[in-house]
Amino acid sequence: MSAISMILVVLVAFLAGMGGILDEFQFHQPLVACTLIGLVTGNLEAGIILGGSLQMIALGWANIGAAVAPDAALAAVASAIILVQGGQGVKGVGPAIAIAIPLAVAGLFLTMLARTIAVPIVHFMDAAAEEGNFRKIEVWQIIGIAMQGLRIAIPAAALLVIPSSAVRGFLESMPAWLNEGMTIGGGMVVAVGYAMVINMMATREVWPFFAIGFVIAAVSDLTLIALGALGVSFGLIYLELKKNAGNGGNNGGSSNTGDPLGDILNDYE
Amino acid sequence: MAESRVKLSKKDRLAVAWRSTFLQGSWNYERMQNGGWCFSMIPAIKKLYKTKEDRAAALKRHLEFFNTHPYVASPILGVTLALEEDRANGTEVDDAAIQGVKVGMMGPLAGVGDPVFWFTLRPMLGALGASLAMGGNILGPIIFFVAWNIIRWAFMWYTQEFGYKAGSKITDDMSGGMLQYVTSLASIMGMFVLGGLIERWVLPLPRKFRPLNSNKALISNGINCLRVQKVSNKL
Repeated sequence: MSAISMILVVLVAFLAGMGGILDEFQFHQPLVACTLIGLVTGNLEAGIILGGSLQMIALGWANIGAAVAPDAALAAVASAIILVQGGQGVKGVGPAIAIAIPLAVAGLFLTMLARTIAVPIVHFMDAAAEEGNFRKIEVWQIIGIAMQGLRIAIPAAALLVIPSSAVRGFLESMPAWLNEGMTIGGGMVVAVGYAMVINMMATREVWPFFAIGFVIAAVSDLTLIALGALGVSFGLIYLELKKNAGNGGNNGGSSNTGDPLGDILNDYE
Repeated sequence: MAESRVKLSKKDRLAVAWRSTFLQGSWNYERMQNGGWCFSMIPAIKKLYKTKEDRAAALKRHLEFFNTHPYVASPILGVTLALEEDRANGTEVDDAAIQGVKVGMMGPLAGVGDPVFWFTLRPMLGALGASLAMGGNILGPIIFFVAWNIIRWAFMWYTQEFGYKAGSKITDDMSGGMLQYVTSLASIMGMFVLGGLIERWVLPLPRKFRPLNSNKALISNGINCLRVQKVSNKL
């Protein structure tokens, strides 16, 4: 492979890495990424066929909530590089996929790593917000995106120079405690994020709704849409009842906060 | 209000929509899409607030926890833009109301966006593109890429505008107490959804620390190396 091709492959990998986290342009989908790598290395047809085959496998992979699916970006980029390196053309499609998928699973480690590194990044943003500095927040956001690009670009560059088994071996050599630690740490630190929002929103009036939501969510058959519908309904009922109570009782009219319950509570204090 | 209103022009709103493309760029385990959300709001904040204190407060307000499906963030952005616009013009819209709107909408909308985009549209377009591509046809990837991005961009822009108009309508109707009503509803809704999300996405007991428990995709692909144990949650 020529030096220019190699640079272009790494560039495509960088695009795919960014696409993998943004999930907007879909550069990380095998259909797109494999085709592009095929294009820049002069294996367009094999790249397209590989992309199509791998896409079929990856159809259901998606990032939901805090979770991430097998890394489609890494699977696509790695399989395309392996295919090109193998030099078998279209015949190499099957074996390339077979090597790439375990690699993509091992590569989930990199995803966790990148998302952990992003925690300090948003803390730098906090500091920038404190000074009202737009530019710094923008720069940190761009650094975050670029880091995600490197998440795929670095393994891609490695695959170009060393055999895939070595790359996979390296990814899998990450100690289990580190892997599990990040999973648990990620699960815990998200609670901090939630707590910050609650801090901002919670009033005596709305705490019960938090409790109700928490309890009802344990009914795991309910979808998030169902939870949303319940939340709206509870809110509407509550506000309606509150309005009626306000009309029925004596509204002194001295305070126009429009919050009768709040007024009553204030009177007690 | 006597002073002239600061309005967000179409150009400002387009800038926000474009930036929301990078919503997930700094996705992190602590506050998820917060950095991207704040990044998206910057053109609006710049336009609406002029003093350093106001700007700092607005930036901090929008660095709070946020996470939803990246495309359905657009209608939420639209509503938030309308609320911020009113706040900048002196209407009383407090932090809790803005957070309430964001949090109240993000959970249920994610529940719409995930099945629609990830489990319907992408498999459909992907299968179409892939079946062409497997025959070596370059049109496969091109159709997939172009169609996806047209649909995506149209969805993001029009739902953001929709949210913006809906949000403005709510806040225009000041005398009717509509804003007060909606913000109370939003904070109730927000707390309710938060309670639910914490149970689904965080709760360490009696299961383990797993933010992964709602992931169908992982499970269906049998990636048990991440120790997904009991899979009972649906989307």
